[in-house]
Amino acid sequence: GTDDHSSDLFWESRINMIHFVLLVSRQGKVRLTKWYSPYTQKERSKVIRELSGVILNRGPKLCNFIEWRGYKVVYKRYASLYFCMCIDEADNELEVLEIIHHYVEILDRYFGSVCELDLIFNFHKAYYILDELLIAGELQESSKKTVARIISAQDQLVEAAKEEASSISNIIAQATK
Amino acid sequence: MSGMRGLSVFISDIRNCQNKEAERLRVDKELGNIRTCFKNDKGLTPYKKKKYVWKMLYIHMLGYDVDFGHMEAVSLISAPKYPEKQVGYIVTSCLLNENHDFLRLAINAVRNDIIGRNETYQCLALTLVGNIGGREFAESLAPDVQKLLISSSCRPLVRKKAALCLLRLFRKNPDVVNADGWADRMAQLLDERDLGVLTSSMSLLVSLVSNDYEGYSSCLPKCVKILERLARNQDVPQEYTYYGIPSPWLQVKTMRALQYFPTIEDPSTRRSLFEVLQRILMGTDVVKNADNQRKVYAMKFIDAFFLFAHLLGIVNNYICTCIYIYKERDILLPCHLIQYFSHVSLDLLYGMCDVSNAKGIVEELLQYLSTAEFSMREELSLKAAILAEKFAPDLSWYVDVILQLIDNAGDFVSDDIWFRVVQFVTNNEDLQPYAASKVREYMDKIAIHETMVKVSAYILGEYGHLLARRPGCSARELFGILHEKLPTVSSPTIPLLLSTYAKLLMHAQPPDIELQKQIWNVFKKYESSIDVEIQQRAVEYFELSKKGAALMDVLAEMPKFPERQSSLIKKVEDVEDTADQSAIKLRAQQLPSNALVLADPQPVNGTPPPLKVPSISGIKLDHESASQTQSQPNGDLSKVQSQIPSADLLGEMVDPLAIEAPPVDMGSHQRVYREEDGIPDEVDGTAIVPIGDQANKVEPIGNITERFNALCLKDSGVLYEDPYIQIGVKAEWRGHHGRLVLFLGNKVTSPLTSVQALILPPAHLKLELSLVPDTIPPRAQVQCPLEVMNIRPSRDVAVLDFSYKFGTSMVSAKLRLPAVLNKFLQPLQLTSEEFFPQWRSLSGPPLKLQEVVRGVRPLSLSEMENLFNSFRVTICPGLDPNPNNLVASTTFYSENTRPMLCLARIETDPADRTQLRLTVASGDSTLTFELKEFIKEQLIAIPMGSRALVPAVPVPAAPLAQPPSPAVDANDPGAMLAGLL
Repeated sequence: GTDDHSSDLFWESRINMIHFVLLVSRQGKVRLTKWYSPYTQKERSKVIRELSGVILNRGPKLCNFIEWRGYKVVYKRYASLYFCMCIDEADNELEVLEIIHHYVEILDRYFGSVCELDLIFNFHKAYYILDELLIAGELQESSKKTVARIISAQDQLVEAAKEEASSISNIIAQATK
Repeated sequence: MSGMRGLSVFISDIRNCQNKEAERLRVDKELGNIRTCFKNDKGLTPYKKKKYVWKMLYIHMLGYDVDFGHMEAVSLISAPKYPEKQVGYIVTSCLLNENHDFLRLAINAVRNDIIGRNETYQCLALTLVGNIGGREFAESLAPDVQKLLISSSCRPLVRKKAALCLLRLFRKNPDVVNADGWADRMAQLLDERDLGVLTSSMSLLVSLVSNDYEGYSSCLPKCVKILERLARNQDVPQEYTYYGIPSPWLQVKTMRALQYFPTIEDPSTRRSLFEVLQRILMGTDVVKNADNQRKVYAMKFIDAFFLFAHLLGIVNNYICTCIYIYKERDILLPCHLIQYFSHVSLDLLYGMCDVSNAKGIVEELLQYLSTAEFSMREELSLKAAILAEKFAPDLSWYVDVILQLIDNAGDFVSDDIWFRVVQFVTNNEDLQPYAASKVREYMDKIAIHETMVKVSAYILGEYGHLLARRPGCSARELFGILHEKLPTVSSPTIPLLLSTYAKLLMHAQPPDIELQKQIWNVFKKYESSIDVEIQQRAVEYFELSKKGAALMDVLAEMPKFPERQSSLIKKVEDVEDTADQSAIKLRAQQLPSNALVLADPQPVNGTPPPLKVPSISGIKLDHESASQTQSQPNGDLSKVQSQIPSADLLGEMVDPLAIEAPPVDMGSHQRVYREEDGIPDEVDGTAIVPIGDQANKVEPIGNITERFNALCLKDSGVLYEDPYIQIGVKAEWRGHHGRLVLFLGNKVTSPLTSVQALILPPAHLKLELSLVPDTIPPRAQVQCPLEVMNIRPSRDVAVLDFSYKFGTSMVSAKLRLPAVLNKFLQPLQLTSEEFFPQWRSLSGPPLKLQEVVRGVRPLSLSEMENLFNSFRVTICPGLDPNPNNLVASTTFYSENTRPMLCLARIETDPADRTQLRLTVASGDSTLTFELKEFIKEQLIAIPMGSRALVPAVPVPAAPLAQPPSPAVDANDPGAMLAGLL
């Protein structure tokens, strides 16, 4: 849709959407990517290459925002990991910076003092949690407690299915003895 | 999480790979394995499939192509059990985008999950569609998603996902949500208590109204309610507060939704919103020094601020609002917050700076400077320097800031900045010892920036002797400490140091033979330098210093600089000229109007170059300096003039940045030296110093006569202006009394001294001027009331003899004061019954005088009416039946006459507008004469200046054609009048 009526407003281009999320380690290893706007595989690789180059080479005291290809990249470093989110240029970067922090807090609560290793071996959990936090590049839930509740319910579902599966395979094993 | 051992092993293997090649081998092996398994699909349990799909995602993250597995991931969506389904959904939404064909295959399965009864499946499906759903999804799924969103049986868990899912579909195809059908439901959604659902719904609303707000006005009051609920922290569960602030994201989103409505009609909604915004903007929910909270606060602030700006309708001037808000709040964001701000925010900060917060802002900037991005540092330092200059509460603080700036970020401090501080120090005597002691302190540091060496050398050379009694500050010690730096500096700095040595040597009291020896040694050493500039200075200073006392003259203190606009500000303006809304411009526009109460239109960018106007009454240079320059015995005047380094106006125009260098160019001395080469005993050093003023000729800005004439017709405006001062006038008149206030505004950053204002009153006026201070501080404005009493009618004019000193130049101006005859008139409009008896009773000279006036400026009748009314002689329309004539009346006040009625008639000739017949009558012969002469002057002298006249209105034709020579009719006042004349 076009913004006819708001063409006179200076925030007309504010879509308020996160285009992608990128977690990258200090060594440049990608730990998570999530794309809310359509990027081809080629574009994704290019974005990752370019952005990790820029971000990893920035000094520790520099500001958390980068103007990048007509977008704004908000990033924050937590220990060895850089959390990056790409937003529109006119968007509120402080808000997104807090979304990053919010995500980290949730991860921390879930893993208990989360570290990069947790996110390497349980990268799928990072994806689950992100899906409870963001949809369509928009914040879905701002309560850490609610997210934690939902994730733990999901874990239980998976556990229950596994137990069921193993009890069935037990039965089969018993039967075929 | 030991669920998938195979996956963990694989990840460990990858981590153990020594290099990229090993990693590739391991990945290839795994991909081969996965491919094989997928091919023999039959034996693959869902658990195994799930494991392989996760591995694929991991491999994908490592940057390898896994296209072959897309199908497998998509197929898991239809898996019967939750764990597999979950993996299918998540991996699909990670690997594919909306343009992948495979995705279409999944639409049915996804739809089945959405309309099915299993809420966990619904969640998975909504998440996938929300993240990668495209146009086709929008068309086939939007109604189902809407149903879930508004369903009362669905839990918040599902509904919040449905809201964002719908948002995505709407973005892909706006037709799927129709305001007619949806607006009411949207409004209902905003009644939601669950803040998760509300957050998602608000995002949806933002998206909808950003596309088209029409139809959604029912949502407006609800948004305000939500904002109120949050701002007042009512009914907000603890888990929804973030660092003590109730759901800041929802607040931001709500404020953004509100921004899309052009107005808020309902007054009570509007009022509530203003209250809430005020609460947010004033930061009443912020605990001092809680950093995290402040960060969150800042994020809200931006949107609250935009909304506020929007509501106030000054969207395009949002910087103004920002200034307004910051002033109101008196809150400064802490340094680390500024760090988050990009260049734009730096502008903002720069723009919002004023006297009250300058110190804080500049100190923040300085602090930030050491950690800022390199690309920003130059801009930062420039802006800090400008703000420090503009808003310095005192000049010593300004010096502190600049020195700190040089110390912290010398590489980013352009020459303009240190030239400017030198200029300030040179122009302000009080500052000199302070600056000298300050740079002396910096010299004790082990490593200092070369720019610091330069500025220190310059200041210590000029003013170091003022510190002579302090420990460590004797000429010898200053030399020692400066000379230590010499080996570390680049060759352009060495000549500067040599000049300083020469000055130190000169100032050493009593003469210090040991110091002389040392310095001479330095000069001798550099006599053979390959750098021409160094060599020349070394040779010349050596020769000069041998002359002893003569050195005093040649190396005398540098003259004051002419005041002019800071080159720094120019620099910023040059850079940002393109940005129409730039903060700097706004500031620049605001500054002059703050400086003077009187709002005469001002040139935007500070002091314009003095206009050359034909010299009238006003200004001339002080005789002393003028005669001195003219009667210069040294015939080489032109040469000497060209030596004044900063008088290179042409150079300045050509190169806007390269101005205001301190006069380090010792070339002047060279030339003097050469001139005197033949006659070494007659050094006319005095030629250098005072002539500085001559380049500095003070010209008034604007035409003084026009200003005076304009003020005769109005009661406030500018009487006089030059590059240093502006004199404004504001007057009130009551009867024969008047009160006139002179506003003396110092436009520059140095004090104006020896200020004198003498009134030369004409005999008919009693004038009493209150005390005028001797000095007008930098940028200050002084008000001097002047009481006026009119004793009798006269056209003589009072003159203000005004003078002041700037630097060494004396400026004086004789200014006519607008306490003129017409100021003692009171407008009065008469009817024919009142007018004619009076007119008749004043039968002839000397009380009634008539004159044919020629050479009148051609004015249309309506222009003439305006002119008369403007000097308070009121036109009485309709009294004279001849449409080419005007009749007017007024009352005159003086101590000697009682309030005196004055009448006038003007008969114009439509065929020849340059002449007319004027008749004036009053009860006092002097008054009649003076008023007639006054009116004549107004008609002939064309005092209109710049005053725009109302465009000529066609004179209405008389209702009835007048007979050429009307018969006298006793009932026709016009005829009566004609008969009387």
